[in-house]
Amino acid sequence: MAVTQEEIVAGLGEIVNEIAGIPAEDVELDKSFTDDLDVDSLSMVEVVVAAEERFGVKIPDDDVKNLKTVRDAADYILKHQS
Amino acid sequence: MTAKIKPAQGSPYARILGVGGYRPTRVVPNEEILKHIDSSDEWIRSRSGIATRHWAGPEETLAEMTLEAAGKAVADAGITADQVGAVVISTVSHFMQTPALATEVADRMGAGKAAAFDINAGCAGFGYGLTLAKGMIVEGSAEYVLVVGAERLSDLTDLTDRSTAFLFGDGAGAVIVGPSDEPAIGPSIWGSEGDKRDVIAQTVPWDGFRVGDVSQLPLDEDGALKFPALRQEGQTVFRWAVFEMAKVAQQALDAAGIAPEDLDVFIPHQANVRIIDSMVKTLKLPEHVTVARDVETTGNTSAASIPLAMERLLATGKAKSGDTALVIGFGAGLVYAATVVTLP
Repeated sequence: MAVTQEEIVAGLGEIVNEIAGIPAEDVELDKSFTDDLDVDSLSMVEVVVAAEERFGVKIPDDDVKNLKTVRDAADYILKHQS
Repeated sequence: MTAKIKPAQGSPYARILGVGGYRPTRVVPNEEILKHIDSSDEWIRSRSGIATRHWAGPEETLAEMTLEAAGKAVADAGITADQVGAVVISTVSHFMQTPALATEVADRMGAGKAAAFDINAGCAGFGYGLTLAKGMIVEGSAEYVLVVGAERLSDLTDLTDRSTAFLFGDGAGAVIVGPSDEPAIGPSIWGSEGDKRDVIAQTVPWDGFRVGDVSQLPLDEDGALKFPALRQEGQTVFRWAVFEMAKVAQQALDAAGIAPEDLDVFIPHQANVRIIDSMVKTLKLPEHVTVARDVETTGNTSAASIPLAMERLLATGKAKSGDTALVIGFGAGLVYAATVVTLP
């Protein structure tokens, strides 16, 4: 069953917390991964791989660079989830 | 009539008998790298774990560094150079394409008429060489094989590329592989993913200079031609290295019948501490496993990194002879090679 944007953001919060040690509640739609959440380019790869597993989507490397904010990632997952 | 051919007589198994390394005398701190790129010591350390690397001087040629490392490996193995039957050197930075570096090394080390050749398997070069050596020894083509990774990656570094300028180092690492009554090198899990050949590559081919189409060649700010360098797509490499290579490492453990709790040492290619740490996490290696983090003071030395890290772990007492070690190399090609070995 498809998940909602809210569920995706909550899931991303747990993932970012696990990988970068940022409190899950800080992960909000308009936060930038790099500038606000201190997720660098390598940690972003780990976040993406964890999100792929959790939400059953494929996020190719070429698309990762377009995922600047939590909203970008949530929208991408919403659009591509099977 | 098909005449009967007598096959060679090999050893039942092979093992690493000795290891040796050479690191150039000049230590290059991050501060020196920062003269050319807009970055910081903190940024470099947080992205790579690298604090210092060694860069070779004019006298520290690939041959000289290899001879130093090879001499130590031969002594450590308790053999003499004339017993070496084959010399296999993995390098991507030997600019005299013919003859092979290995022939000079075989001659100058005193290995007589040993078979000698270079291989190009990027950062997986050590595992590729080890696989070849094991085959030669078990098949009977050579009793002792010198396997070397030797690089002067500083010669292939674009000092103005802020994503790679700090990564690479120079050095040579060598092992002697020889006969064994017991299995001491597990099955090799090796392969290539040539569909990703553009992910890590030299900026331009050497013959780009001959063709003379300057528009195709890299130029510096003053319009002068830039020497070829290594470039890579960092995020793609990171994803592949951490997640795909963890699977390969696991396959090597499974193929050798080694459970994680039986493992003493993990020596991945020393590319980047972040890759190493993520691999350790993905593989769920137990706490007791010693993990090589030689990259912090050696940088990424491609094919030389695993034997250099192995030598340092043994020399500093962090690992000991007889320990069971998982080794995995991965890099340009993309190519990879993983196996489990008993440390010399």
